[in-house]
Amino acid sequence: MSETLERPAAKADLQVVGTRPIRPDGADKVTGRAAYGADFNMPGQLVGKVLRSPHAHARIVSIDASKAKALPGAKAVVTAADFPDLASEVLEGGEQASNLRDLSLNVMARGKALYHGHAVAAVAAISSEVADEALSRIKVTYEVLPHVTEVEAAMAPDAPLLHDHLFTEGLEARPDKPSNVARRHRNLRGDPEAAFADADVVVEGRYVTPPVHQGYIEPQACVAAWAEDGRCDVWSSSQGQFMVRTYCAKVLGVEISDIRVTPAEIGGGFGGKTTVYLEPLALALSRASGHPVKMVMTREEVFRATGPTSGSVMNVRFGAKKDGTITAAEVELKFQAGAFPGSPVGAACMTALACYDVPNFLITGYDVVNNTPKVAAYRAPGAPIAAFAVESAIDDLARALSMDPIALREKNAVRDGTKASYGPTYQNIGYVETLAAIRDSEHYKAPLGPNQGRGVAVGFWFNVGGESTAAVNIAEDGSAVVVTGNPDIGGSRASMAMMAAETLGIPVERVRPMVADTASIGYSMLTGGSRTTFATGMAVVQAAEKVIADLKARAAKLWDVPADQVEWRGGEAICLDPKADKKPLTLETLAAQSARTGGPIAAQVSINAQGAGPGFGVHLCDVEVDPETGQVSVVRYTAAQDVGRAIHPSYVEGQVQGGVAQGVGWALNEEYIFDAQGQMENPGFLDYRMPVASDLPMLDAILVEVPNPRHPYGAKGVGEVPIVPPLAAVANALRGATGVRIPALPLSPPKVLAALDGAKAG
Amino acid sequence: MSKIHVTTTVNGDPAEFLATPGMTLLDALRDELGLTGAKEGCGSGDCGACSVIVDGRLVCSCLMLAAEAEGQRVETIEGMAQNGQLHPLQQKFLEHAALQCGFCTPGLLMGAKALLDSNPDPTETEARYFLAGNLCRCTGYDKVIRAVLDAAAELRQERTPA
Ligand code: FES
Ligand code: FES
Repeated sequence: MSETLERPAAKADLQVVGTRPIRPDGADKVTGRAAYGADFNMPGQLVGKVLRSPHAHARIVSIDASKAKALPGAKAVVTAADFPDLASEVLEGGEQASNLRDLSLNVMARGKALYHGHAVAAVAAISSEVADEALSRIKVTYEVLPHVTEVEAAMAPDAPLLHDHLFTEGLEARPDKPSNVARRHRNLRGDPEAAFADADVVVEGRYVTPPVHQGYIEPQACVAAWAEDGRCDVWSSSQGQFMVRTYCAKVLGVEISDIRVTPAEIGGGFGGKTTVYLEPLALALSRASGHPVKMVMTREEVFRATGPTSGSVMNVRFGAKKDGTITAAEVELKFQAGAFPGSPVGAACMTALACYDVPNFLITGYDVVNNTPKVAAYRAPGAPIAAFAVESAIDDLARALSMDPIALREKNAVRDGTKASYGPTYQNIGYVETLAAIRDSEHYKAPLGPNQGRGVAVGFWFNVGGESTAAVNIAEDGSAVVVTGNPDIGGSRASMAMMAAETLGIPVERVRPMVADTASIGYSMLTGGSRTTFATGMAVVQAAEKVIADLKARAAKLWDVPADQVEWRGGEAICLDPKADKKPLTLETLAAQSARTGGPIAAQVSINAQGAGPGFGVHLCDVEVDPETGQVSVVRYTAAQDVGRAIHPSYVEGQVQGGVAQGVGWALNEEYIFDAQGQMENPGFLDYRMPVASDLPMLDAILVEVPNPRHPYGAKGVGEVPIVPPLAAVANALRGATGVRIPALPLSPPKVLAALDGAKAG
Repeated sequence: MSKIHVTTTVNGDPAEFLATPGMTLLDALRDELGLTGAKEGCGSGDCGACSVIVDGRLVCSCLMLAAEAEGQRVETIEGMAQNGQLHPLQQKFLEHAALQCGFCTPGLLMGAKALLDSNPDPTETEARYFLAGNLCRCTGYDKVIRAVLDAAAELRQERTPA
C-alpha cells in the first residue's frame, strides 16, 4: 500500500530517524511520576498473596482453607477448584507458543505441585499482615514424591516422572512409555559422518550452563477488579496487555470482551513478562471477594516461581579442512524446560549454526521437563546457550588450525544467498560487514596486559514481525498523537514518535506517543522477539502515510486541483501545478480547517508485518584473571551488530550494552543453585549475583547499518542479538588468558581457581 | 496493633503519618504518603531501587523503619526537580539515554545525587563503586556512568563563578 515500503528511504533524506531526541516519556521516568505495576491502587483494594509448595514434587492430597476463611479480614481463598480444568490447547501470541493447559496449571497447581514455589492457593485480605496470617492457616496435605532437577537425570529411563501423559514427540515412532522428554528436535543436512571421517581437524566439547533468571528489577505486580456485571479490569506490568487479556480469559474461562487490560509502565521484562502468573489469581480473588485485589511478588517469589531460562548440557563437534573450511558439525542440546514442556531448545537448534555455512551437519535437541519453575522466554530464547557451546568449539577450532578467530568465521560465514541451517535463504544480512567492523576495530589490534586474554564470539537472532495496530490522530493544532498497543520497555515510544514525525514531516516534539489499553486500540502481539520498532513501527508509518493521503486530498479540494497535483514534502502540501500558483499548506493550516474539509484527521492501520531482517552480532571481550583468587574481570568490551538502521541510535546502543551486561552476568556469576530437596538456595540479589556498575567497563557498541528493505526506514530488530555472543566471548577470553578451557558456566572464582590449579598440576 | 505517629520532613515539607511498628520507610512513602517514585525491587537492601536520602545519608528505604524517620529530613526522587526545572542529573540521564525501562532510575538518581553531594569530581571508578548498590538490568551502566560524570562536570561549572 505504500510506495516507500519496498525501499528504505535514503539516509541523507532523513530528518528525524537517526537523531537522538530526548524520549517522550523521559520526564516522567526521571521524576518518579511514571506508574509501574505496583504504583497503581484502587479504592477498597485487598492484598492478594500466594501459598507456594514447599516441595519440589508432591501430590496435593487435600487443601483445607476453612481456618483461613474464618479469619476476620480474610476475604477470599482460591485454589485450583476455582479455575476450569482446561484441555490441552496450543496458544500462539507469546514469544514462544505455549500450551493453555500448562499455563493454567502453572498459575495454580492442580493435583500435583511440580516445583518448589509452585502456587497451590491464594488469599485476599484487608492487609498484608492478615493475608500472611490467612496463608499460614491453610492446611495442605502433601504426599512428597521423588523429584529430579538436572536435565540428564530427568532424561534417564528410571527418572521420576512429572507427567504421566507425556510421550516424546519428534521420534520416528511414538514411544510406548511416557518420559520427561517432551520433544526431540532433529535437523540433518548432508552426510556429517562421512565429512567427519574426511576432516583434517576435529574439535569437540561438552558444555554445561545453569538456569539463569531474566532479572528484571521490577517484580510482577497487578491490580484486578471484577465488577458485579462480570466485566473485569486488570492493571498490570507485562510485555503485552493483549497477551494478558487472552491468557486471563482462557485461564478463567471468561469472554475476552469482558476483560480490559491497562498496561502499566514495565520495569524490565527481557521475555520474562511474556506470560501471566498473578493476573488470573487476582481476578479470581476479586470475583470471590467482591473487591479489587492487588498482588505484588516478592523478589524471592520472582526467583522461585517465575521463569528462568533453561539450564543445559550440550555436545558439539566440528570438522574442518586444513585451510579452515568447516565441513561437518554435530550439535546435541539437552535443555531443561522446568515443570512443563516448552524450553527454547527448538530456537536453540535453529540458531546454533545460523552464522555458518556448513554443508554437513546434524543438530539434535531435547526438551526435557524437570522439577524446577517453568522456563519463560529470556532475550533471544535458547540462542545464547547454544552459542556458548558452538562459539567455544569454534574458538578451539581456530586454535587447532592456528587461525585468526575472525578469519575462520569469515571463511565460513553465511552471506546473502546462503541457505541458512534452519531453512530460508538469507537476504540483506550484514554479517560479514559486522565481522569486518570488529576485525578493523582499534580494540582488535590493541595489546593485552599480563593475565589478560581476548575472546571473539558471534551470534544470531531471527527477529520477528507479526500483528500490530497503530493509530495516528491529528489534533487541531497540527500535532499528532500516535497510539499503539505495545508496552514501552526500553524507549519504543521514542522510536514510534520519530518514525511518525519523519513520515509526517513534523518535529518529533509535535508527536505524542501513547501506549493504550486493550479497549482503546486494535490488537497487537506483545513486545518481544525484537518486533516493536520493526512491526509496530511499520504500522505507525503506514498510518501516517494514510493521514498524508488524506491531507493531500484535502489540500487538493481546497485548491480545486486534481489530487495527483499535490505532493507532501517537509510537513506541507505542495501544489505541483505551477499555473495554480498556490502557497504550500502546512499540516497546522490543514488541521485548523479540518472541519471544512471532512472532519477530524486520523487513521488507524492494522498489519501482520513480514520481513523482519535477521540480526548478527560480533563481540570482542578482554578479561583479566586474578591468578590468586580466580576472579575474572571484563576489562574491555566491543560489540558490533547489524541493526538495519538505527532509528534512535542511543537506545539501540543501549540495547546492545544491556544485552552484553546480561550476557557477562550469565558467563561469570549468575546461576540457580538447588539443594538436595530441589529448593533454590539463592533466591535473592545478594546470592544470585547480577552485574553491578563496578563489575563492568564501558561497553562499546558499533552499529553496522545494512538497511532492511522491508521496513520503510530500514530497521531490523536489535534487542535480542546482543545477549547471544557474550557467554562465549567471555569464556574464549578466559581461555586466552589462562590456556584452560572451562566448559561450564558460570566462570566463578572457585571454578576458575580449580581449573588453574588442575592445569598446573596436570 | 497500635500505630506510631511519625512527624518528619519530606522534600522540605512537613509530613505526618501513622506507621505500624514493622512498617518500612519505603512502605510509608509509597502507601501512606503516596510517593511511589521509590521502588521495591528486592526488599532486602540489594538493589537500591528504593534509595532515598535521610539527613544527608543515602539509605535503602526498604531497610529503614518508618518510625525511624521521626524528626529527620527525607529526600526522595519527587523532590529532585526544583521549580519546574529538572536537576542536572535528571537532565543528563535523559540526554545520555541512561534509562531504558526506568525502574532503577529514581534510585540511581538519588544514589548519584548522594555521590555528587559528597564528591563533586568523581572518577569513573569512584562513580562505579559508589553506585554499585544500585542494580540496573537494562543499560549495562555505560550510559548511566557517562550521564553521572557529565552532570558532575556541569554542576562543577555552575558552582564556579564565571
Ligand atoms: S528494594 Fe530496597 S534495596 Fe531493593
Ligand atoms: S533502566 Fe531498567 S533496570 Fe535500569
